[in-house]
Amino acid sequence: MITTPTAHRATAVAARAEDLSKVYGQGETRVIALDHVTVNFHQGEYTAIMGPSGSGKSTLMHCVAGLDTFSGGSVRIGDTELGPLKDKQLTRLRRDKIGFIFQAFNLLPTLTALENITLPMDIAGRRPDKEWLGKVIDMVGLSDRLGHRPAQLSGGQQQRVAVARALASRPEIIFGDEPTGNLDSRSGAQVLGFLRNSVRELGQTVVMVTHDPVAASYADRVIFLADGRIVDEMLRPTADGVLDRMKEFDGRGRTS
Amino acid sequence: MFRTALRNVLAHKARLLMTVLAVMLGVAFVSGTLIFTDTLSHAFRNQSAKSYDHVAVGITSYVDSDNGQETGLPQRTLDRIGKLDGVASVTGRVNGFAGVADPDGKLIGAQWSNTGSNFAPGKDGRDPAYDFTDGSGPVRDGQIALDEDTAAKGEYEVGDKVRVATNGPVREFTLTGVFTTDDGAVSAGGSLVLFDTSLAQRLYLKPGHYQEVTVTAAPGADDEKILDAVKPMLPENSEAKTGAALAEDQAWMIEQDMSSLNQMLLSFAGIALFVGVFLIANTFTMLVAQRTRDLALMRAVGASRKQITRSVLAEAGLVGLLASVVGFGLGVALAAGLRSGMAAFDMKVPAGPLVIGATPLIAALAVGILVTMFAAWLPGRRAGKIPPVAAMNSVHAAPTTKSLVVRNSIGAAVTALGVALITVGAAIGEQGREIIGGGAFFALVGVIVLIPLLSRPVIALVRPLLVRAFGVAGKLAGQNAVRNPRRTGATASALAIGLTLVTGLTVLGVSMGAALDKATTDQIKADYMIETAAGGGVDRSALAALDRSPRVSALSPDQSAYFRVKDDYVSATGVIPGDVERVLHIDVVKGSLNSLGKGQMAVDERTATEQGWKVGATVPVTFDDGKKGSLQVGAVYKEGAVLSSVLVDTKVITPHEARPYISRIYVKTDGGPSDANEKALIDALGKNPAISVMDQKDIRDELGGAVNMMLNIMYGLLAMALLIAVLGVVNTLAMSVFERQQEIGMLRAIGLDRPRVKRMVRLEAVVISVFGAVVGVALGSFLGWAIGQTIKDELPLYALVVPWGRIGIFLVLAALVGVLAAMWPARSAAKLNMLNAIKAE
Repeated sequence: MITTPTAHRATAVAARAEDLSKVYGQGETRVIALDHVTVNFHQGEYTAIMGPSGSGKSTLMHCVAGLDTFSGGSVRIGDTELGPLKDKQLTRLRRDKIGFIFQAFNLLPTLTALENITLPMDIAGRRPDKEWLGKVIDMVGLSDRLGHRPAQLSGGQQQRVAVARALASRPEIIFGDEPTGNLDSRSGAQVLGFLRNSVRELGQTVVMVTHDPVAASYADRVIFLADGRIVDEMLRPTADGVLDRMKEFDGRGRTS
Repeated sequence: MFRTALRNVLAHKARLLMTVLAVMLGVAFVSGTLIFTDTLSHAFRNQSAKSYDHVAVGITSYVDSDNGQETGLPQRTLDRIGKLDGVASVTGRVNGFAGVADPDGKLIGAQWSNTGSNFAPGKDGRDPAYDFTDGSGPVRDGQIALDEDTAAKGEYEVGDKVRVATNGPVREFTLTGVFTTDDGAVSAGGSLVLFDTSLAQRLYLKPGHYQEVTVTAAPGADDEKILDAVKPMLPENSEAKTGAALAEDQAWMIEQDMSSLNQMLLSFAGIALFVGVFLIANTFTMLVAQRTRDLALMRAVGASRKQITRSVLAEAGLVGLLASVVGFGLGVALAAGLRSGMAAFDMKVPAGPLVIGATPLIAALAVGILVTMFAAWLPGRRAGKIPPVAAMNSVHAAPTTKSLVVRNSIGAAVTALGVALITVGAAIGEQGREIIGGGAFFALVGVIVLIPLLSRPVIALVRPLLVRAFGVAGKLAGQNAVRNPRRTGATASALAIGLTLVTGLTVLGVSMGAALDKATTDQIKADYMIETAAGGGVDRSALAALDRSPRVSALSPDQSAYFRVKDDYVSATGVIPGDVERVLHIDVVKGSLNSLGKGQMAVDERTATEQGWKVGATVPVTFDDGKKGSLQVGAVYKEGAVLSSVLVDTKVITPHEARPYISRIYVKTDGGPSDANEKALIDALGKNPAISVMDQKDIRDELGGAVNMMLNIMYGLLAMALLIAVLGVVNTLAMSVFERQQEIGMLRAIGLDRPRVKRMVRLEAVVISVFGAVVGVALGSFLGWAIGQTIKDELPLYALVVPWGRIGIFLVLAALVGVLAAMWPARSAAKLNMLNAIKAE
């Protein structure tokens, strides 16, 4: 069924984790969140990270996105090695090369939708590319809501603003942490659709953590994590396929 | 419910820290003041009780109110009293000013208390009031004894020659003894010179007469009986009381003095606590907001509104109790510190234990607990109004907009009333001061109510500036500052109150200083002004001495006199015609000052208009001694700060004055002010330590110095209120950072670096502080202007001076306060764990 392996389709690696480990605590309270994980995220690819809670899926994303430190191994965004970077350089890297969409608290309540979208560029002191900005705003369908403040927008609209913000600065890679976790299914589908379109039409790279098989089915590839290790990978996933795979975890979880 | 309150206090230790600090400082101020004044008054009372301990009856003579003469108590009376049954001894005293010069000719001791008295030895040759540590008492003219401190300051030893000035010229005496005494004035830092009795009588009263007589009783004799026997022997204008009664009188006077000191300090403590109320209210509002769900849940499971409100109040009570206890401890330390501080400034306080009565403790607890509970009352009521369904909703939106409309209307009305009252008061003038006071209260309250509304437009004005100067951090800070207008308002209010008072006082002080400055430079042409160092009149002999000096080219006294025109008292100044216009600038409008030499009077414009006097008019007057006469108006001049309303030749008034009172002498010298001329004047005055020769700069310093010192004391006392306001800013910023954790985490994630997160928090603090300061400065300047309008009548040269420099400093200080207050919150914002912040729900 898989005719074109992802590795062949994408020529370059947007982000890469190699032998990545993350350990919390010491002695008896020691918890291994990530256990020598190696994974590539290719340019122009939409990847979903799945796994039962406590599997380390969020930790993997946080470490690769430069939000969290790690205990061993290495992480690269494009050509940049994250390990040796200080907070200041990491902050700049996130600002210039990475876009984020969180489950909640994506927007500043004091800023209008447009101001929220251009915030990363404001921080960097760059002028946004007008044409690109217009395209992104059109795509997420917010042209008539730009002057509104977050409190005047619905939850779905707010998340669409967040998507636009992540896309507006043309980052090398966008990370989403349960971006549809707080949305009803229709709004969620819209947001996921925009993310998929950005990959298809704009060549964006997207990595998204989710626990929703339907959300994962929008991706090109799904990585399954359990106990801090990558245990499986699925290309061109369907919601049913992902659900079945997830049920296996549950079954194994109960028997082990 | 009480247990919930206790748990809540413990759970929010850090949140409540600033509240506790604010209440603590206020309580420390209150209890410190009370303990300090208690201690002082206890010490003074003890001392006065001790000094009247051996007194059976004390007799004082006083000045006859009709003729201004003091008859005194003759020796004859003392002799008769001494023969009464039960009387052991009778001692007579005369007192007056006596200034001791140090070897350089400077006056020793505090200027307000340089006393001379007589050494009155008993049968054993000792005067029980004085214990000699060296030598013995003076027994003839030319000898003196000094108190130990004064002798030490002048480095005088028995046998040395000491120059002493009484009300006349200075004289040289031989020091025969050094003593210690219980005398209150001496232990408070004054100097005391003892002369032999007959010299003291000649100096201060008249030979053979005393001003005060102390009678001691033989063992077993009854004071009251002696008093009854003494009373019939007394001449007119004297009064006798028992020692116990005298001690009581003095205690009462001490009490009066203390209570005014008490009231002043307490009013500043009150301001500090008032400012604290805003901080406390802010804290509890936030605590309630944070616990909305918990409180709703309690409502859902059956707690009543009252119970919820009470639990918040109980929490406030607990916090107040804790803060009061600590604050009281701090107050005790403060009182102890103040007392040693006074000693360091040469203001001696009689020794005595620190008096910690029940009143300060009760006051501390009551003030601390009640203020905290009062401030928490509104938040408590709001907590009670939380509907039980709020437990189910994720967000409970408070109906803030509606209540702000009501609030703003009330605020606008109260502010308008206040401003109107102040304006009316300013228009009325001198009598309008109380109206202005009332208006100030309303205006301040109104502005405090309105401040949340004001915050948006005012801060919006500076936002473009912030964006231009600080980019994103500035933009976000500007918006964050107005996110919670109530809280921003309360925080800014605290600063605004302090700055309203500080600015108002500064505007007044600086304007008054400028007016006085103008008065000296514009009105005094003299090179030097001569006054007594200790206050009181300059002796007439000084006038003659100066007249003889070849360096003096013109001189005129400022001799005060009063006379009556019909039923009005008119204050007049006796001057020397011909010279007076050379030492003072007199702006003659009509007539000529030459008329003064002909025995006519010059009148200022205001008096001339009020009395309807014209040049050439003859006015019948009654002089101070009751003699009638008439004065012709020879000139009309513009009123000034230095001149009184009528000028006449000294020759006209001196014959009618029992004791001509020369308040100062103006001197013009050949060649103008110079060190040589100053020395010549000092020499001409006999190197008298009790007389000061001041040049124009000294005059300005003396006039301005008092104003500046007043201002500095006020600044010092208001510093407490400002400190609490700063705590309020810290508190608000800490709350903001805490509430916006997720947002700050998100900002960090999408690329705002730590320095800029810090800058954002700092700028928010600066914006709030400067906003409060601007409101305070505006209101304070307005008040300063209004009160200034009422001073104009008394100080004709008064004109509003806006102290831009100082106002600038206040604003810069407010900005610094913001930066300082934001230090800790900014750091904790920058240190925030991004991931926890984003994840947290």
